[in-house]
Amino acid sequence: MIDKSKIRGVLFLIFALSSFSSCQAVKEYNKMYLNDAEMVLNARKVQKTELNFLLYREGASGANGGKTGGGCGCN
Amino acid sequence: MQKIYLHASLFFLTILSSFGQTTQPDSTSFKSRKLKVEEINFVSSYYTQEGNNSAVTGGIGTEKLTDVATSFDITMTKGDAQSRLHSFSLEVGFDHYTSASSDQIDPTTISSASAADNRIYPSLSWAMQDDVKGFSVGAGVSVSTEYDYLSKGVNVNFAKSSKDRNREVGFSVSAFLDAFNMIYPIELRTLQTPAGLIENPDARGTKPRNSFNGSVSLAQIINKRLQASVMLEGVYQSGQLATPYQRVYFKDNSVHVEKLPDTRLKVPVGVRLNYFATDRIVLKTFYRFYLDDWGIMAHTAEIELPYKLTPFFSVAPFYRFYTQSSADYFAPYGVHTGQNEFYTSDYDLSDFNSHLLGVNLRYNSATGILGISKLNTIELRYDHYTRDTGLVANAIALAVTIK
Repeated sequence: MIDKSKIRGVLFLIFALSSFSSCQAVKEYNKMYLNDAEMVLNARKVQKTELNFLLYREGASGANGGKTGGGCGCN
Repeated sequence: MQKIYLHASLFFLTILSSFGQTTQPDSTSFKSRKLKVEEINFVSSYYTQEGNNSAVTGGIGTEKLTDVATSFDITMTKGDAQSRLHSFSLEVGFDHYTSASSDQIDPTTISSASAADNRIYPSLSWAMQDDVKGFSVGAGVSVSTEYDYLSKGVNVNFAKSSKDRNREVGFSVSAFLDAFNMIYPIELRTLQTPAGLIENPDARGTKPRNSFNGSVSLAQIINKRLQASVMLEGVYQSGQLATPYQRVYFKDNSVHVEKLPDTRLKVPVGVRLNYFATDRIVLKTFYRFYLDDWGIMAHTAEIELPYKLTPFFSVAPFYRFYTQSSADYFAPYGVHTGQNEFYTSDYDLSDFNSHLLGVNLRYNSATGILGISKLNTIELRYDHYTRDTGLVANAIALAVTIK
């Protein structure tokens, strides 16, 4: 069974990160760097193969833009 | 299969050539009520692996595998009376793989059906973005089919932005309802009884494997150069989670098919931090913690450093370290005993560390590439993967975006 203290630790981490207390409000016209294609937070199309083979070759999956269920992955 | 690739490539080239004609830019694209092509993506990749811990032969034997994957997707957009943008996407993917270990399901044949197989996976999705109210909603359906496996998926997602567009909270749920053909290793398709050999009743028909996923994510701008995201997922799987043709050899040399619990709960949480360090260097980092109720705990750390040689061309070396503990049910060849309720010799569920190294080349231009005005991005990515169980894999992928 999953250790409850570990789950609590993860939830605390999410809460702490979600507070982001020192964030600056950035206006749309100041988002030149943030809107750069290299700054996207999602996985890109070219990473599709990589995410797939890592999903199949490793026990862990998810929280990275890749699949977490569905499909066989048995080869 | 070659014919499918040829037709797919011709289809792609036809679309590409049609974009070679110059068209006037559409400055009213967002409010346009007319359905128009927004983006077309073509991704092709080649993957190969070598190793000596095949699960089909009980944790020993070759894991040699190759996979050629190609996918196309097209996204069309249309505005509505409330200035909301609707996107409709169609994706079709083809995989062709050869697997030396799958050839051992029935080694008495020259080559068993699973030694080489094709997978076809079409999907359809819709999304609506309301910039005035600051939210988006979407849904999609997908199918994936191969020789012994059919997967049907459905997903729904919702995201809400803050007023200053500096924060976005997203929710997503999905379900995959799969069916697994019960193909057993050849020697286990019959049972010895006092009356003689009979057909093994477990070695026929299909069994379900269902996955239900839910995720919540938060993306936050921290300053002009730094943004972060956190994602928490919960995945519940039920049904046939063991692979029926994977053998397990017990201490007494008897052979069995892999047996695993019929439920699994996975909880991954990932944090991503992207920092535009200088005018040329971007620092991209990712960390994931993962836990499941099969006893696997894993950590993943990734770093990617895109270096902009020009405003349009970047080179990005990357490195990823991964470590996991073994599933409670794993043991190597010849170690399990009849006392074990569940058993597997699949090294994907063993205790190991892995390293992924690679480089990503990216060329992007809003005005076109190679004289084709709508050819927006060309990306090439190479991966070299090593696992301390001895598995080595290499992959190369090409992605082309037309806008």
